[in-house]
Amino acid sequence: MRTLVIGEYESGAITDATLRVVTAAAQRGLPVDVLVTRAEAANPAAQIAGVQHVLLATVDFAENADTPGAITPETLATQLAALANEYSLIAASHRATGRAALPRAAALADGAFLADVTAVLDPQRFVRSLYAGSVVATVETTSAVTFATFRASSFAPAADTGGAASITALAPIAPFAATRLLERQAAPQTGRDLASARIVVSGGRGLGSQENMTRLASFAGRLGAALGASRAAVDAGYAPNAAQVGQTGKTVAPEVYLAFGISGAIQHLAGMKDSQIIVAVNKDPDAPIFSVADYGIVGDLFEVLAQLEGQLEAHRLAVRPAS
Amino acid sequence: MTIKILVPVKRVVDANVHVRVSASGAVDTTGLKMSLNPFDECALEKALRLKEAGVASHVSVVTCGQAPSQDVLRTALAMGADDAVLIDTGSATATLDSLAVARLLRAFMASDDYGLVLCGKQAIDDDTGGVAAMLAALLGWPQALNASGVEVEPDGWRVTCGDDAGTATWRLSGASVVSADLRLADPRRVTLPNIVKARQKPLRTLDAATLGVRLEPATRVLQLAEPAARQPGIKVADTTALLAALGPERLFQNHATGARA
Repeated sequence: MRTLVIGEYESGAITDATLRVVTAAAQRGLPVDVLVTRAEAANPAAQIAGVQHVLLATVDFAENADTPGAITPETLATQLAALANEYSLIAASHRATGRAALPRAAALADGAFLADVTAVLDPQRFVRSLYAGSVVATVETTSAVTFATFRASSFAPAADTGGAASITALAPIAPFAATRLLERQAAPQTGRDLASARIVVSGGRGLGSQENMTRLASFAGRLGAALGASRAAVDAGYAPNAAQVGQTGKTVAPEVYLAFGISGAIQHLAGMKDSQIIVAVNKDPDAPIFSVADYGIVGDLFEVLAQLEGQLEAHRLAVRPAS
Repeated sequence: MTIKILVPVKRVVDANVHVRVSASGAVDTTGLKMSLNPFDECALEKALRLKEAGVASHVSVVTCGQAPSQDVLRTALAMGADDAVLIDTGSATATLDSLAVARLLRAFMASDDYGLVLCGKQAIDDDTGGVAAMLAALLGWPQALNASGVEVEPDGWRVTCGDDAGTATWRLSGASVVSADLRLADPRRVTLPNIVKARQKPLRTLDAATLGVRLEPATRVLQLAEPAARQPGIKVADTTALLAALGPERLFQNHATGARA
């Protein structure tokens, strides 16, 4: 049997998360295909190393021509269920599309569903977390087809060049009529993609205001980092929902995670404790964040931030004296 | 339009309890504080507000489990739900997966005419988030997950959902399934008079066997373990010591290269 990966396409490229799910899929040792829902995504998908076939799903948008290419999760689920006989695993990254379409498709195809898989042991056995990361479970699926979302940060990206997959256009499917996308709004301030950034700079309630979060975001921007936030900071209105890191937000595993004014509730730790290096700045020496931090600074986060801003500027001048 | 709203809920280990794996490789919840799943609480709050706004005439809560789950149903009744049903899944409870729950809920819904299902976006124990979309699939209804806003529209709903990079707003026609983010509605506190009143509200138990649904799971847990602990870290005095330990390049290498967006 084969594995099918949902190929997400954004800003003119196959997403980094998709490339990571291809790696996860390949670990099953079975042939990997990629399904895309936009014609312009087919060629880039065919370049991904190790992919055999690219399937192009198209929707007959007779009445929905105002949002060309916007395939709803309901419609995608119908398409995936129709392909279920040919695949033993249908995989997507643990992002909005996969979370919505895969369980729906699993119900339509009478398949198993697993969310947020972090490791692949063999074609039917996977690892995922329970209880906000407090428990790690090895699970086996017993159905003919499994639908699973994968935690992108747990896998390295496959090369997006070197592949030579064939491209097959599937017969157009009818859109699910009762759901329509009205608008998508990107949150401001999130700069780089949290899930794939090499450095994440996160702020918590300790920031104290939206203005201070903006200052932290500006520092993150100058570092080439993504901005994250704790739920407390999001609830306080300092940062948008899309920046939330944790059990109910995004899971990240960057090379460096800098936590400013985050106490470290277990729900937050669930979203960042797989980071390679964790740096925590908090005025409370007993804050739980220090239990996972490689380097902790107990002190005023604004003083620490000011020092780092100065050191970044000094470093920049030292590296590029003429600029 | 006035409709009936169904709010499926789950009894879970309280969010503030740190769950541990026993020496025998199991999660023993005996003696741990149990609560109504926080996302379900937000879903119920939204359902109650829709009723108070005249959009809905009746709010029912339902859960799949065994007798102990009656406590979260009583909590839901005390918050303001009109009636509650425990679908007793007996010995199958321990291995019930999302699809079995979705099948039970669909079979249960055949007994009444609901216009909206509002549930939490995930249970904080298994962190799967599968039931809402699965139930929508079995019903053939539209779905919107991770909702932070639900507004009624003529013959449908306008739902704002958290998305990867912001929000997406969907228009759902007719009866729908919506799953709640914590931001959908801040749950009201349960008051003592309402707890007393809730004792008089209908709470019935339905034997899952009467629903004629397959309960065998499609997924099986082989092993449970605690995650590997991180190596203990160190405290450093200031950022100069931090950069010395970390290596400045590690933190600052991206700035000049204009990292890709």
